[in-house]
Amino acid sequence: MTATEHRPAANLEQARADRVTPVWKGRRHILDLDDWSPGEIAQVMDTALTMKSILARPIKKTPTLRGKTIVTAFYESSTRTRISFEVAAKYLGADAVNMTASASSVSKGESLLDTVRTLQAIGADIVVMRHPQSGAPWVVSERVNSSIVNGGDGWHAHPTQALLDLFTIRERLGRVAGLKVTILGDVLHSRVARSDIWGLSLLGADVTVCGPPTLLPRDWVTDPGGLPWKLRVEERIEPALEGADVVMALRLQRERMHAGLIPSIREYCRLYALNADRLKLAKTDALVMHPGPMNEGVEISPDVAHGAQSVIEEQVTNGVAIRMALLYLLSGGTARPDGE
Amino acid sequence: MATERTRLIGGRLIDPSQGIDDLADVVIGSGRVLEIVRGTERSRRTAVASGERMVDVTGMVIAPGFVDLHCHLREPGFEDKETIATGTRAAAAGGFTTVCAMPNTSPTIDTASDVEWVISAARRGGVVRVHPIGTITRGEKGQELSEMADMAQAGAVAFSDDGNMVKSARLMRNALAYSRVTGRPIVDHAEDPDLVDGGVMHDGRVASILGLRGSPAEAEEVAVARDIALARATGGKLHIAHASTAAAVDLIRQGKARGISVTAEVTPHHLVLTDEWIAGTSAGHPPFNTNCRVNPPLRTDADRMALIAGLLDGTIDCIATDHAPHTVVDKDCEFDQAAPGLSMLETAFGLLMRLVDGEHLSLATLIKVLTINPAQVFGLDAGTLRVGANADLVVIDPGAEWTVDVRKFQSKGKNSPLHGERFRGLVRTTMVGGEVVHEVPQ
Repeated sequence: MTATEHRPAANLEQARADRVTPVWKGRRHILDLDDWSPGEIAQVMDTALTMKSILARPIKKTPTLRGKTIVTAFYESSTRTRISFEVAAKYLGADAVNMTASASSVSKGESLLDTVRTLQAIGADIVVMRHPQSGAPWVVSERVNSSIVNGGDGWHAHPTQALLDLFTIRERLGRVAGLKVTILGDVLHSRVARSDIWGLSLLGADVTVCGPPTLLPRDWVTDPGGLPWKLRVEERIEPALEGADVVMALRLQRERMHAGLIPSIREYCRLYALNADRLKLAKTDALVMHPGPMNEGVEISPDVAHGAQSVIEEQVTNGVAIRMALLYLLSGGTARPDGE
Repeated sequence: MATERTRLIGGRLIDPSQGIDDLADVVIGSGRVLEIVRGTERSRRTAVASGERMVDVTGMVIAPGFVDLHCHLREPGFEDKETIATGTRAAAAGGFTTVCAMPNTSPTIDTASDVEWVISAARRGGVVRVHPIGTITRGEKGQELSEMADMAQAGAVAFSDDGNMVKSARLMRNALAYSRVTGRPIVDHAEDPDLVDGGVMHDGRVASILGLRGSPAEAEEVAVARDIALARATGGKLHIAHASTAAAVDLIRQGKARGISVTAEVTPHHLVLTDEWIAGTSAGHPPFNTNCRVNPPLRTDADRMALIAGLLDGTIDCIATDHAPHTVVDKDCEFDQAAPGLSMLETAFGLLMRLVDGEHLSLATLIKVLTINPAQVFGLDAGTLRVGANADLVVIDPGAEWTVDVRKFQSKGKNSPLHGERFRGLVRTTMVGGEVVHEVPQ
């Protein structure tokens, strides 16, 4: 390693100083954003900014989390989230181990709790969990000493995705407060939408969700006043897109769907796909986002997905930075990033 | 013999079956109520003179033992969850002296010999009176009717495929028609499985935020509507188990107004808890508490208030616990995978006292819907302390405060979201046939 790589970035020094400020609550787990403060989110984003500078280096490895063991326990298939956490851990010098449910004792019938207890006994400091059932990380977090990071649970929450989305918006548009953000598509089954709504609302954005009535939680349509967020709900795409600063398309989650929610993919595309014509209804410089994986040609047309307004690939890069920041803060943020 | 006589002295007797809410002594002997005496001073002298055993219950409430039309004793087949012995001890601890056991055991209770087995097992190991409920359809499979007349003759007090709706409207119609032969009600698990569609909690705001699949209120509504229509068409006796939605209450109210033979029960948890408990916001507990997963699910506050209103105006006849004990393994898991049900026998009265404290209903009304009303729904000889009746009674300390500790439950089922909750109103003594089966010393 070069001397440069060993030198702590100025922002990281700041992050370390912030650690003793009351903003970051010293959370043991990252489960959801519903109990976060705007200050905490800002601190994670600030820390991620520093981490992103590490990502820009030719050699990205730092010994900050040397000696820490981080296990990714994925009960559901994933490319970007799992690898994002894995590289984030490795870039910070931690030992990253991947556990895939289908190739573990889970396939022999081992319970979730027993599996995580085993991971704890093996010495996992942090377990990043993805699980097809909402709430699974909560069940685990109350019964183990390891830190639990929710890498997505059922339809419920995906807090690290929301943080990277917020980070991307702030980086591109300079703020989140006051922006009009439109979330399109299969909101009912989307954990990303739920966490994004928490995060965006906390930071003061105006959120609109839009989708067919069968893919929106029905009480959001009938009684939006009862929700913990101020939310506009649209069943037609045109008014939802009008004047938007950010348009986020969601994947049509066919694997989560029971039959009969939409008549056909063809009709869904005709009514709800984000295409170039519809994007014109938003602001001219509106950001196009998607949490991935995309069904190009279904919820988003390829020209929009890869067009000038798209920040979809940037979201992936920012995801690594955000996860580095979270792993760093979760570990206490005590080690010097250069390992000294 | 005079020495067999016991006089409970100085208490407030609340026996809605006789319209009594007064200071009175209850004299019991040979397992029965021998005398009700108003005017304690005179009777105290009488007791001393006649050599009766005197039990001073000053400041306490004496009431008939509670009657539970709906509990799961799990035996035979699921003895790891509960047995008749542990379940009836739990019942006694909760003030219940008569319980009706649901038939979704393994094997299910769908023949006369199954019914006889439960009765004899209860005689051997039970401490309160146990009445078996038989299945409506063989094996609860919804394919063909069980031999309900045989089971009724053997002692089954009602019929239910609890846990499953009888999906075939034709079969349900036949069951209701056949109830005219048995004279026993068909207990309806009213929940359209197509509409439930794998839902694990009430389909509403809380589910939509927690990202849990919702079970909609209309799943109950359409089932109740169907079965009330079938009861009207057949003249059969329909009893709606664990009503949980405002719409169901309305339908039952309309059915009764039209003279249809329909009765209904509501659980303590649907009367006091809501789906907010699953979010942890109301209770201050962590979210996704699997002990809050019940079937039907905990509903909204509007539903809860409608259920209370239904209880007050007589639309809902009685409270039944739906005591559903499960093992730790059944509950210590993901919310979706957790077995639905909670252990309720021992906390029912304390929980329901919150309705009294909140001035939703009087103590006398609460006792009525726990005693004579359920007894009348199933035609049971219970729920009363009239002279000559079984001396099945409870002594309640209405002011005593206590904290729920599931580790102290008599039930094997420790699956209660109420652990740590503070209650007012304690069942101090439970007697069955004049014998003390549960006692908490002062």
